[in-house]
Amino acid sequence: MAYDNAEQLEEFRLAARKWLEENCPPSMRTPMLDDEIVWGGRNATFKNPDSKVWLDRMGEKGWTAPEWPKEYGGGGLSRGEARVLEQEMRRIKARPPLFSFGLWMFGPALLEFGNYEQKLRFIPDIVKGKIRWCQGYSEPGAGSDLADLQTRCEDKGDHYLINGQKVWTSYADKADWIFCLVRTDTSVKHEGISFILFDMKSPGVEARPIQLISGESPFCETFFTDVKVPKDQLVGRLNGGWDIAKRLLQFERSSISAGGFGGTGGSGILGPEDYAKQHVGTDEAGRIADGDMRGRITDHKMYVKAFSLTVQRQAEQAKAGQAVGHTASILKYAAAKMNQDRHELLIESLGTEGLGWEGEGFDRGAKKATRQWLRSKGNSIEGGTSEINLNVVAKRVLGLKEHQ
Amino acid sequence: MSFVLTEDQEMLRETATAFARDELSIAHLRAMRDAGANGKDSATRQKLAELGFFGVIIPDEPGAETFGMAGLGQILEAQGRTVAATPLLQTALIAASTLQLGGSAAQQAAWLPKIAAGEKTFALALDESAHFSPYNVSTEAERNGQGYTINGLKKYVPDAHHADMLIVVARTFGEAGDRHGLSLFLVPADAKGVSIAELKTVDSHGAAHVTFDGVNVPESALIGPADEGADILDPVLDRAAIGLAAEMLGSSQAAFDMTLEYLNTRKQFGQLIGSFQSLQHRAAKMFVDLEMTRSCVMAALSAVDEGKADIAELASLAKARAGELVHLVSNECVQMHGGIGMTDAAEPGFYMKRARVQEALYGSASWHRDRYARLGGY
Ligand SMILES: Cc1cc2nc3c(=O)[nH]c(=O)nc-3n(C[C@H](O)[C@H](O)[C@H](O)COP(=O)(O)OP(=O)(O)OC[C@H]3O[C@@H](n4cnc5c(N)ncnc54)[C@H](O)[C@@H]3O)c2cc1C
Repeated sequence: MAYDNAEQLEEFRLAARKWLEENCPPSMRTPMLDDEIVWGGRNATFKNPDSKVWLDRMGEKGWTAPEWPKEYGGGGLSRGEARVLEQEMRRIKARPPLFSFGLWMFGPALLEFGNYEQKLRFIPDIVKGKIRWCQGYSEPGAGSDLADLQTRCEDKGDHYLINGQKVWTSYADKADWIFCLVRTDTSVKHEGISFILFDMKSPGVEARPIQLISGESPFCETFFTDVKVPKDQLVGRLNGGWDIAKRLLQFERSSISAGGFGGTGGSGILGPEDYAKQHVGTDEAGRIADGDMRGRITDHKMYVKAFSLTVQRQAEQAKAGQAVGHTASILKYAAAKMNQDRHELLIESLGTEGLGWEGEGFDRGAKKATRQWLRSKGNSIEGGTSEINLNVVAKRVLGLKEHQ
Repeated sequence: MSFVLTEDQEMLRETATAFARDELSIAHLRAMRDAGANGKDSATRQKLAELGFFGVIIPDEPGAETFGMAGLGQILEAQGRTVAATPLLQTALIAASTLQLGGSAAQQAAWLPKIAAGEKTFALALDESAHFSPYNVSTEAERNGQGYTINGLKKYVPDAHHADMLIVVARTFGEAGDRHGLSLFLVPADAKGVSIAELKTVDSHGAAHVTFDGVNVPESALIGPADEGADILDPVLDRAAIGLAAEMLGSSQAAFDMTLEYLNTRKQFGQLIGSFQSLQHRAAKMFVDLEMTRSCVMAALSAVDEGKADIAELASLAKARAGELVHLVSNECVQMHGGIGMTDAAEPGFYMKRARVQEALYGSASWHRDRYARLGGY
């Protein structure tokens, strides 16, 4: 791998800055509105036409996936260059052009475990946001104990045949393709799982939305009845899917904590300190009048800062070749706590202003904070519960033993 | 911001860790305590001097490179691991920083080499009540013909019972609570009118109340301009808080390591207690906090070396988070050791006792939270 020197990086910075200046539409440099988030896909919606322009330009350049190989449509940038690009995008407050499970978890796993044809076939569409992916992991009986999954996949000679049910499949009703864990051997547990891909339009696939406590329903129960899947859509070895599954979970946990859950950054939602100043009031010195609340808000803000410094430290140490094991679980646990604390504090700071559900009489940002407070309860469940992540830290990082 | 140590700093870290382990163990502290030393330990001071630990942030010649705060932080972290009583925080960090930030060329030339060589040790005489409150100073320094006369009482001054020199914060103008009107003075501990009442403290490190009764010092004892001592004091106290946070991180890490080892050896109900999930999760949470606090401490140390604009915020962040961490871990250390953890014969208690002292010095977690919020404008 080529090492960056400072001069080259500076050159790259200027080029990136110039390109962004010329190619990032002005309306893509404003805080992201929720309904303008771009998920891509065959039926992609672009509420703001500029967001399509922005996605197309970034996708063409491979900069939606800056560090992926050029060969598959990625940006081919070094880690240092990717960081510079990120800084330059932040500098002009550019919106992320694409939200995508493909970018965050499936793509990185496929790059590691897929064969050449599979990478050529799937990766460029992920980069350009042409195909939207969903994750078929959880089942009604198998959540935390993921490897207990029952969805059956039989070898029918020239194809595989899939029968079973998944649950919690985020956006299954909007996704084009699914990456899915299936059971290909019922006589063993972990060694009987395979990792397979198929089109959600395949006959026999049905997704039914589930409503959450936040009123949203991005989740589905997903049913497979005699779904036929071509054999070249199996990733890795038959019965060798568990390693891929675990690796993908690491990517999922990292992307969840790096993006701070959905990563929309709370458009229209102020920080708890701002809401507290507005609704609790301030003392003569301009401080939040309720000392206890001010203290708890501060505690939270310190946690946030400590978290972001830790993300930075891990990145620097990784770059310096100092391995940091199972970081994903540590950060996932902390990020869930952080985001949930934030929303608790927001609601508390808002007081009765935080009790709105819909309609008039409540501020838009406040209503959104209420919904997100409820949504944040999922943070300690999705992508592996906090308990499961603590188990990982205890056993894999700290070396504590299993109960005998 | 640098989160990766240089090769030199890494070597310094290894030396300091080995030294603390081999020569400044808790067994050593216990022996000193039992002998009634109360933190006075001239043999250790001698060894620290030989290792060059007093001069870590003092350049050999003007402009030369040093190990910097990040280097000194490694030594303080190492001494925190074994709860060692040394004059390094007061002398190598606080006194050296005070002179570097505020001292005249003559003062620097006179004192920095002596500090670096470990010939003179210092103590900062600041607080006058039970809580850290840097401008709450009533001790007065009144101008006389040739210099100043100091009167007042300083409480709980760490290391004052064995320091050669005191750095005294006194008021030359205004009243207790004012930021303006503070001045810093260099006062020999054996000057006429200085009386030092040694205190036996919970951590066995000791400290002293120091009374100034008509203590005369020359004009040359003044560090920096009169009345504007807070301009020097503030950044010095930030560094003190950061250095202490590094020490607290070391204490926390060591208490955690000790706990983890116990979890992996003690058996109950035919199981290693470390296999019980309620303990595993508590251990894992402590580890998450440890990792996060380490990031804060490293960021604060390197911010000083890089002369960053947000040193004050990072100092408060590091000290507050280290304060919470050290109590969490030291309490859990005793709890997870069960009955043995309550005995003087075991080591966990040493961490718990020292944690209270670390917390109280240079601003508690509450104090730093308050300041962090103020700096953030809410
Ligand atoms: C918002 C959200 C989005 C999601 N998106 C997707 C998706 O896109 N695709 C997908 O496949 N899945 C998705 N999931 C499913 C998610 O991965 C599972 O919900 C999760 O793994 C937990 O499984 P479970 O719901 O069956 O809970 P259970 O496993 O039944 O757990 C119940 C409780 O028991 C605890 N528990 C279980 N085992 C242990 C143990 N060994 N030690 C200690 N405590 C334990 C858990 O921590 C939890 O508190 C999503 C879930 C949510 C909430």
